[in-house]
Amino acid sequence: MTRPAAWKRSPLDAVHRRLGARMTTFGGWEMPLYYSSIVEEHHAVRRSVGLFDVSHMGEIEIRGPEALALVSFVTTNAPERLSDGQAQYSALLYPHGGFVDDILVHRVKRDHFFLCVNAANQEKDYEHIRAANRWNASVEFASERYAQLALQGPNAPAVLQKLTATDLSTVRYYRFVDGEVCGIAARIARTGYTGEDGFELYLAPDHATTVWDRLMDAGQAFQIRPCGLGARNTLRLEAKMALYGHEIDASTTPWEADLAWIVKMEKPEFLGRQALERQQRQGLRRKLAGFEMRGRGIGRDGYLVRAGGRPCGWVTSGGPSPTLGKNIGLCYLPPDLASPGRDIEVMIRGEPVPAITVPTPFYKRIQ
Amino acid sequence: MSIYPENYLYTKDHEWVLIQNDTGTVGITYHAQRELGDIVFVDLPKLGTVVEQGKPLGSVESVKAVSDIYAPVSGEVIAVNEALSAAPEKLNQDPHGAAWLVKLRLNNPEEAKSLLSAADYRAYVGAEG
Repeated sequence: MTRPAAWKRSPLDAVHRRLGARMTTFGGWEMPLYYSSIVEEHHAVRRSVGLFDVSHMGEIEIRGPEALALVSFVTTNAPERLSDGQAQYSALLYPHGGFVDDILVHRVKRDHFFLCVNAANQEKDYEHIRAANRWNASVEFASERYAQLALQGPNAPAVLQKLTATDLSTVRYYRFVDGEVCGIAARIARTGYTGEDGFELYLAPDHATTVWDRLMDAGQAFQIRPCGLGARNTLRLEAKMALYGHEIDASTTPWEADLAWIVKMEKPEFLGRQALERQQRQGLRRKLAGFEMRGRGIGRDGYLVRAGGRPCGWVTSGGPSPTLGKNIGLCYLPPDLASPGRDIEVMIRGEPVPAITVPTPFYKRIQ
Repeated sequence: MSIYPENYLYTKDHEWVLIQNDTGTVGITYHAQRELGDIVFVDLPKLGTVVEQGKPLGSVESVKAVSDIYAPVSGEVIAVNEALSAAPEKLNQDPHGAAWLVKLRLNNPEEAKSLLSAADYRAYVGAEG
């Protein structure tokens, strides 16, 4: 396989090759697509536990007495409501209301916020935040200092607990602690992108291989599997988690993407607020909806959607759902068609194939 | 001993055809299914469809990708492996056997001369198979 020098490689690259991973490129990185089988890796996460290398994700650190003011101004959610050790899903918007990125905001301390951002957007996000910094906050591009592992699945706590003195039962969903995993300093966050319980670990790249190997050993009793971006995508789609470049991008707003819950309009000022207010007044022209294929075929990313014989939208993400045994997807539709139970057609290689809009998420774990 | 049967002929698009008299049984190769990963959907032509060598015959979809299947030879579709629509994963398990796709009545047996032998195909896909 030829590998353009421009593709960035994870600190775990040698591990993936040792495991025989099928590699793919994503967001400028060369990362594992799968090791054995996307479907088997998907089931491992739903039923037991899987380990992902997500070191392609970016990190930005914002510090200083005015850190909160800056984070609050550039994000749509309410970082002022976070306590130390708490994380929040949020968005960076352009003034016109479109997404710069969707991100996780972690409050480390009152004057220290840690952002996890998408691989392909990290430089853009950093510039965006810096340009908005009319306060005296320090903004650091920290991606090179972190590898990231995601241990996901119902048995993730049992596996990780073997390797850490931190009592994981005290780390609730969307909370994090700075602790140690097999003696190596790690930020242990109870977050994920799979719709399952689990943890995301941020640690120094030099230690990533050690922690990966120890987690794989600790997970043996639970049939842990290394998992690639293929399963990450099918898992997040079932849980209806947005993927930048698919459900969200510079041309979509949180209202359209069904992400109103991460927008706090009671905040007097944040980037994109005026545009969102205007769109609230004027109404939406499209809205994200879930669908299931009724006819034979798989509606995939970019496929045209019709209703009543007329083009009305497009698929943002679509594919087989290993958990449900159905072909599912997300699509943009006119708001009046975006409610569950509407008949639509997905154009598959020139043929209209029946589908129906359904409630989302497609999959929700039993708490 | 190769995984590629000696009595099959192959295309550079990773289909195989077993020619017996005027009938060609068509499938995709071990290499093709391995490249695709978990196969979740198979779209095959209807009985009676006339297909032309090198033109799309149908498609195979894995979790991630859609891949066209091209007719290795021209002919009329006289049988379709219906079992694959309920169990497309068979294509990963037995691509050279039970998971054949269609049978064609050949209308130009001379076309077989343009196909690869098992040895040629093996060399084409390389050591990994």
